[in-house]
Amino acid sequence: MCPGRSPEPLITMKQHDNTLSRAPSARGAVNRRAFLTGVCAAGMAACASALPSSADAAQTDSAPAAGTAQPMATLFDLSRCEGCGACVDACTERNARKYPQPRHPFPAMFPARVRAEDWSDKQEVTDRLTPYNWLTIQHVSVTYKEKTYELHIPRRCMHCDNPLCANLCPWGAAYKENSGTVRIDDDICLGGAKCRQVCPWDIPQRQTGVGLYLDLLPRFAGNGVMYKCDRCHDSVKQGALPACVEACPLGVQEYGPRDAIISKARKLAQATDGYLYGLDEAGGTSTIYVSPVPFELLNTSLTRSAGHPDFPPVQPVLQPQKHLAGALMVAPLAGMAAGALKILGTLRKDRDSGHAPAAAHNKEQDHE
Amino acid sequence: MTPVMLRQPRTIRNRTMNNPAPQHRFIRVVWPAAVTLLAVTGIAQMPVFKRYYIADIPGLAWTADPMTTHLLHYLGAVVLLAAGGWMTAVFLLQQRSRWQLTTAGVWRLGLLLGLAATGYLRVVKNLPEFYWPPVTTMIIDWSHLGLAALLGLASLAFRMTGRGAWLAPRR
Repeated sequence: MCPGRSPEPLITMKQHDNTLSRAPSARGAVNRRAFLTGVCAAGMAACASALPSSADAAQTDSAPAAGTAQPMATLFDLSRCEGCGACVDACTERNARKYPQPRHPFPAMFPARVRAEDWSDKQEVTDRLTPYNWLTIQHVSVTYKEKTYELHIPRRCMHCDNPLCANLCPWGAAYKENSGTVRIDDDICLGGAKCRQVCPWDIPQRQTGVGLYLDLLPRFAGNGVMYKCDRCHDSVKQGALPACVEACPLGVQEYGPRDAIISKARKLAQATDGYLYGLDEAGGTSTIYVSPVPFELLNTSLTRSAGHPDFPPVQPVLQPQKHLAGALMVAPLAGMAAGALKILGTLRKDRDSGHAPAAAHNKEQDHE
Repeated sequence: MTPVMLRQPRTIRNRTMNNPAPQHRFIRVVWPAAVTLLAVTGIAQMPVFKRYYIADIPGLAWTADPMTTHLLHYLGAVVLLAAGGWMTAVFLLQQRSRWQLTTAGVWRLGLLLGLAATGYLRVVKNLPEFYWPPVTTMIIDWSHLGLAALLGLASLAFRMTGRGAWLAPRR
């Protein structure tokens, strides 16, 4: 960390003055996006000596580097997002090498109801999540307390603390890293899409014609590979930031140790009279949104559909699993105790009635 | 011929052929029911029931619901482990002097213990505050899957060759 830099542990670019006005919709305004990116990049370069770089900021005393294995999280301040799409472009640029390269033609599926999902000829689609677009921006116009808000919401995997996708993947292809990043191993995934089915936000997206299933029973089991945001795990391990965080010209996102991010999110929500999402949903996630309007209201303007997640209230549905796990620990001991009590009771009854144990055994057989 | 003489051969034949626990009738119901539930919900962990129209059969839609099958799998394991604990106690306290495990019983018991061990590891991994490296998790998953397949095949093979009994009278 350079002398004079802030000890602020969070990775942030928010120190820039945000004098840009909020536009009704900046999505699709490529010139504007390029302009914004250019202006902010120039601004950042000018300020570079005075501001902590993201990676540096993460290496302060209280916050180890982003590449370390402690749980990390992202904060989205929705009041700052202009929907320029720089994050989407950066995501694609950095992760394009991980995108699927399917083999055509796809194997004929059995039964015929199984459909191929092919995005290979629609790789330019960015207005929804696809195997080739792991981050999308939703645009919402809502009126709250007699004020109209034009909000732009970056959406990608929430990286749950107790991810359903990882817990329920029968193949072990989905998993959570120590850093809190939830990943899908594209070498292992068979594309059954169970992860998408159980994900509260339907995040993972399937590409047919790629992956391990082609080498197993391509007609009868599997259907490709599931893809989603991996928080740029490889470059983060090298000490860099996720591409979307790094590219955002407006400091919408902050990436840092989870506890610090949560603390920051709470303070921000309190200071701005904002609303939080992602903190408790699904038992907690590593993606915290702070919005100036309630998420229930945002939800009324968002239509949930394939590749377009909404903001539903998500209960920790795996809670019963925790109770059953306790029951699993006790079950064999309880069964043994019950069996032992049964035998001892039989022996005592036999002794009281003057029968030998062997006779008792025969007696018990008689009952059958 | 005394009633005992009449009763004894019939009892031994029935019990050695069919039952892991010769003298407790409720186990004969609980054990296969739990095994069936675990087998069905275990297979349902893979999204095949919907693909192959089984979930379309009226009353079987739940087989395509991951959360339901997941929790039922846990429930089946609770019942099976409790029944296993019961049978262990009964065998050790009452049957050991008269009965012994058959070779087929030893094999299946080994596979069951392996299944239980890997199942326990997966359950622990699924707890929110627990973390295991991905490769370890994958090895556990695949071991559990492989052991289940082996147990199914072994049980089928033993049954088809007339060696389905778990216990036989001690010689």
